[in-house]
Formats: sequence, structure tokens, C-alpha cells
Amino acid sequence: MKLILALIRRDLVLSYRQGGGAGSALGFFLAVVVLLPIGIGPDQQLLARIAPGALWISLLLSVLLSADRIYQQDYEDGSLDIMTMGPVPFEMVALAKSVAHWLSTSLPLAIAAPLLGFLLNLDPATILPLGIAMMLGSIALSLLASIGAAVTVGLRRGGLLVSILVLPLYVPVLIFGLSASQGPASGPEIATAALLILTAITLVSLVVSPLASAAALRSYLK
Amino acid sequence: MQYLANPTRFLKLANAVLPYIWVITIGLFAVGLYGALFTAPPDYQQGETVRIMFVHVPAAWMALFVYSTMALASAIALIFRHPLADAAAKVAAPIGAVFCFLSLATGSLWGKPMWGAWWVWDARLTSMFVLMLLYLGYMAIWAAIDEPHRAAMIARIVALVGFINVPIVKFSVDWWNSLHQPASVFRMGGPTIDKSMLWPLLVMGLAYTFLFVALHLVSIRAEIAARKIRQIHISEIGDR
Repeated sequence: MKLILALIRRDLVLSYRQGGGAGSALGFFLAVVVLLPIGIGPDQQLLARIAPGALWISLLLSVLLSADRIYQQDYEDGSLDIMTMGPVPFEMVALAKSVAHWLSTSLPLAIAAPLLGFLLNLDPATILPLGIAMMLGSIALSLLASIGAAVTVGLRRGGLLVSILVLPLYVPVLIFGLSASQGPASGPEIATAALLILTAITLVSLVVSPLASAAALRSYLK
Repeated sequence: MQYLANPTRFLKLANAVLPYIWVITIGLFAVGLYGALFTAPPDYQQGETVRIMFVHVPAAWMALFVYSTMALASAIALIFRHPLADAAAKVAAPIGAVFCFLSLATGSLWGKPMWGAWWVWDARLTSMFVLMLLYLGYMAIWAAIDEPHRAAMIARIVALVGFINVPIVKFSVDWWNSLHQPASVFRMGGPTIDKSMLWPLLVMGLAYTFLFVALHLVSIRAEIAARKIRQIHISEIGDR
């Protein structure tokens, strides 16, 4: 357990000191949110209606863009090779790295997103449900991104492939995250049910992701 | 299963059964299409357009069936290191993608007169579209990784993770209120569809299944040949 925490701390420190972690993902997020009203036109009512969806899609894309950083560097400099031989089961290494990615990238984005909603004229009543749904959903997003990153870690042009592989898996998170975020509009029962399903998706990916990521990484390290 | 692990033995068996499977496929298609186009009555609501069903529904079944086959083959490859299972999974993907595309395209053609739109974003259509993307992603993995052994490893994982979508497609019409009609053949309490339409549909389903089996065997045969060619090339380079 101590070792796993040490791994998480190592990744957090690395992403913080190297820059280009949460900061650049946030910058990307901001750029998308700013570009959107320019593309659609500044109609306040239209923006308010599409704001939750726009924020969710920006979140998905930002998490996806930062996904290749989960394993890439450690694969290239050989740290992953050493981690396979360490006392920590390799599945837990994969889990630790996904958690570090969540803490360094997805969680800051999920916290910032509802606030950036002011730029899109987001209904103030949806800020809280949106924040909760995004925090929950972002765990699943990081875990699924980890599978995509692990599967393409040894490829030179893996970036686009990650999107093709991971975006289909993001669809359920998007659907239920969105209906959980529109609490006041769709009624409390539907929002609660969607939130529960979102939790279920997160739990399933918590089990599947470390296994799949570790298996994929192993086949690259052999 | 272990008996077929030897490619030569597999080829012998495949070559022996393939002609029969082709004959059965053609026969089933002849009977099924006759039933679908001539004997089945037009629907009282949908008129003649209901005949699209006989092409559309079996294609959708097959899209799911082929993905399940692919996932099963991947699991067998992962657990038993069966040498042919990877090849079976690899060549199933393009066939499944074509079935998937066929069901989306015919569904679209059917949707225009019935729903008034080529495409609607409801649960069944969306999850089917996701299935199409999964097929494409799986094929992209095989194309992107040069080293066949590693590509096989990675492709197994991708196929198994993507399998989560299959039950979602199957039950999407029951879980969500959808424009697409709910299951009317494989459901608890028996089919709700009339017998005069049911039998051509089932025959068409069987015909599609046999078509898949035939195409699959041919493609596995081609894959084995491709592997042999690769080996020959490598040994030629070694000889130089």
C-alpha cells in the first residue's frame, strides 16, 4: 500500500514539475470552451441549452489528449520494465498510474468545468449536479484512457488510434453523465438513476482497466 | 478444440466441409428470399417496406454474433494459447464490420419511410454505431502493429474490453424507450411476430449464419496461407 502511494506521489510530482500536465489540459479545455460560442454564435438561450453537453465533450477530449502521457515516458526510459519486477503487482502499478492521471488531470478539469460553464451561460441550478457527475465520471474517463494508452504505448503514431479505441468506450459515460448533470431539467429520479449507473460504470472500469492495461503493457515489455 | 490446433488438420477439415456449407448457404438464401419476397404478406401498417426486415434484422443479429465469436476466439487465444484462435478473431472483424454496416444502411433505408428520418440518435442505433467503431478500432490495431505476435496480444484485449457493448446493444431497446421496436423474436414468452413472417426471417437468419461460417473458413484459410508466405519470406531473407 505504501509503495502504491509512493508510485502515485512520484507520478504527481513528475507531472507537476515537468509542466504540461493539468495546466495544458486546462488550457485546451478553456480554448474549446472559448471557441464554441464563436462557432455557434452568441445566442444566450442556445448556449444555455447545449452548455452541459459542450462541457462534457470538452472534458472527454481533454482527458483523451493527455492520455498518452500515462505510460509513454515510463515506457521509453525503462521505468516500466523495472516496475514489472518490483514487489507491487503490475495491475496495481497500472491502477496507481491511472489514479495519478485522474488526480493530476481529470479531477482538476472536472472541478474547473462547472465554473467555466459561466462562459456558456450554464443554468446555475445545474452547476452542482454537473460537478458531482463530472467528478464521478472523470474517474471512469481516466481508467478507460489508461487502457487506450497501454494498448498503444509502443506505437509511434498511437495518438489517433487511442481516440478510435477509447471514444466508443466513452459513449456510455457521456450519455449517463449528461443525463445526471441535467438534474433540474429531467427531474430528480432520472438524474439519480443516471448517477447510479455512472457509478456502476466507474466501478466496472475500476476492475477492468488495471487488468487490461497491465496485460497490454506486459506484451509490449516482453 | 486442441485437435484443430494443427493448421494442416484444420485446413483438411475446412476444405472438406466448405463445399457443403456453400451449398447449404445458397439453398437457405433461395428459400429465405422466396419466403421473404413472395410468400410473406405485406404488413398492415408498413406495407411492402416490411420486406427490408428480412435483410436488416439478420444482418444486425450477425453483427452481434460475429463480435461475440471474435471475443470468444480472443478469450480462447488468451486462455489456451490456441494458435488458430487469433487468426479466427482477426479475420472475423472485417466480416462483422460489413454485417454491421449492412444493418445500419438497411436500417437507414427503412427508417426514412417509417420514421421520416434517415438517422435518429436513439439507444439502439447509437449502440450499433458504437459497435461499428469497435470493429474499426479492432482492425486498426491489427493494421498498426507490425509484429504479429504483439498485435495478437493487444487485439485480444481490445476485443474483450469492447465485448461490454454487445449486451448493451441487445438490451438497448428494453432499457430505454426507443423509437426502434423492441425485440420480437428472441424474447421471454416466445416471439410476437406472426408465423407467416417468422419463418422466412428465421431461414434468412440461418442463411446469414451459414454465409458467415463459409466466409470465415475461407478467410481463416487465407490467413494461414498469408502466415506461410510470411514464413517463407523470412527464411529466404535468412538464407541470403
